[in-house]
Amino acid sequence: MSQEFLQPHREQEEEVIEELSPVVAQEFNVDALLDDIDSVLETNATDFVQSFVQKGGQ
Amino acid sequence: MIPRRIMGIETEYGIACPSNSGGPAPLDAEAAAALLFEPVIAAHRSTNTFLTNGSRLYLDVGAHPEYATVECDSIEDLLAYDRSGELLFADLARQANDKLAAQGIEGRIHLFKNNNDAEGNSFGCHENYLVRRRPDYRVRVASMLPFFVTRQIVAGAGHIYRDADGKPAYEFSQRADQMWDAISSASTRSRPMINTRDEPHGDAELYRRMHVIVGDSNMAQTSTAVKVGITELLLMMVEDGGILPSLELKDPVEAIRLCSKDLTARCQLELADGRLMSPLDIQRSYRDVLVAHLSRYELSPMHQHLLDVWTRALDALERQDLRAMAGELDWAAKLQLLDRYCERAGCDLDDPRVARLDLAYHDITSSLVPSLEASGGLARLISEDDARRAITEPPSTTRGALRGAFVAKAQALHQDYAVDWTNLRLMGAQGNSTVVLNDPFEAVSGRVDELMDQMC
Repeated sequence: MSQEFLQPHREQEEEVIEELSPVVAQEFNVDALLDDIDSVLETNATDFVQSFVQKGGQ
Repeated sequence: MIPRRIMGIETEYGIACPSNSGGPAPLDAEAAAALLFEPVIAAHRSTNTFLTNGSRLYLDVGAHPEYATVECDSIEDLLAYDRSGELLFADLARQANDKLAAQGIEGRIHLFKNNNDAEGNSFGCHENYLVRRRPDYRVRVASMLPFFVTRQIVAGAGHIYRDADGKPAYEFSQRADQMWDAISSASTRSRPMINTRDEPHGDAELYRRMHVIVGDSNMAQTSTAVKVGITELLLMMVEDGGILPSLELKDPVEAIRLCSKDLTARCQLELADGRLMSPLDIQRSYRDVLVAHLSRYELSPMHQHLLDVWTRALDALERQDLRAMAGELDWAAKLQLLDRYCERAGCDLDDPRVARLDLAYHDITSSLVPSLEASGGLARLISEDDARRAITEPPSTTRGALRGAFVAKAQALHQDYAVDWTNLRLMGAQGNSTVVLNDPFEAVSGRVDELMDQMC
């Protein structure tokens, strides 16, 4: 595949996390993440879910 | 030293094109997949192609975009190549969605790294492990079956289902409810949990390929790593002649379903000899035996970490602390999100918005999991830079290096060629030249150099 085809998307500035130690879940704010996604989930949830239909794979 | 092992993961993705504005989807799965693959067809005249990174990207039966990683000999590489597949497909989806927007079509393609669609159709995430042949191979692999049946309490991706009373509930595994045979080497119709195929894609004198289809598709790198890494270590023990615990289940198909639905991991599964044992105790039996066997080896930091994850995951289940692993494992991370959403919204697990959140977790075209990772909510074990490099470059230590280099040069020079897992074929006006690669560990080859010198 040519390079143009595979240009990685850099919309977000991501922190590169390289660690092998466990992440402490309590430090992370679940509510903040859910706040961000709330409006997406509220919009046409049933239609979205129902659009996902395909025959089984192998 | 732990011997190197060739491993690979094949992932079937789900695809959907929901409407932006409510109502029916503008494209069904087939049409969405066709649009998704337009750039692939444009570049390769096929929906089935091997890439310069040695991996295979293709459109599978049932309109499932599928990615089979190149041969990897380390967990780190496997994680990078598995992630590279997500990045590749996300990029294809972006291109397809740009076209939809340009055409004024009110829908966007989403790709899901999960195992069930909205109607319960199932698709898989298959693991491949090269195993060194032993005369008692089948028996020894059979002794791993109880491990595979219960592995989901650590590596499962979580799934919402309705219990016998119609109440919504959460289970460990996306795949447990499928129709299974326990082990089969032959079938085309049934779904064996482990398949001991004789086509090793390598020297059949030396190797067999163990094909495992019982696993869930994982988003969390720790889940993928512990799923594959512990299996890898157990296979090494089998190859060493080590004796695994004898825990043959009376009915593995029933056991996998019971295990999935019991988040206490304490349900009593019936063994063939009449004993009753919980999934927790079954996993712990394998763990104890494996840890004792591994004392003779020096383990890499990754393997040490994965053993630690396994232990902590089992300990957390013992304590019934369902949040302890939410920063590392899919089933726990997703459960935390779904539960918190239900608390905030005052709804139950069967609310459509919860199903929508479940899909968002597995949606590789969304930023939910990357946001989780970036904000410290979910561990990464490799860097995004490693994954981006893996998009175009094969591993340097396996046969994939040869395939990737061959494909890259043939594409750059516009040569007609064909490749598969073991063959490299240059097609010229004077006829074809083929090199057969029977050693998946071979990353350097004079024969391949000569074949590539023929290209100009």
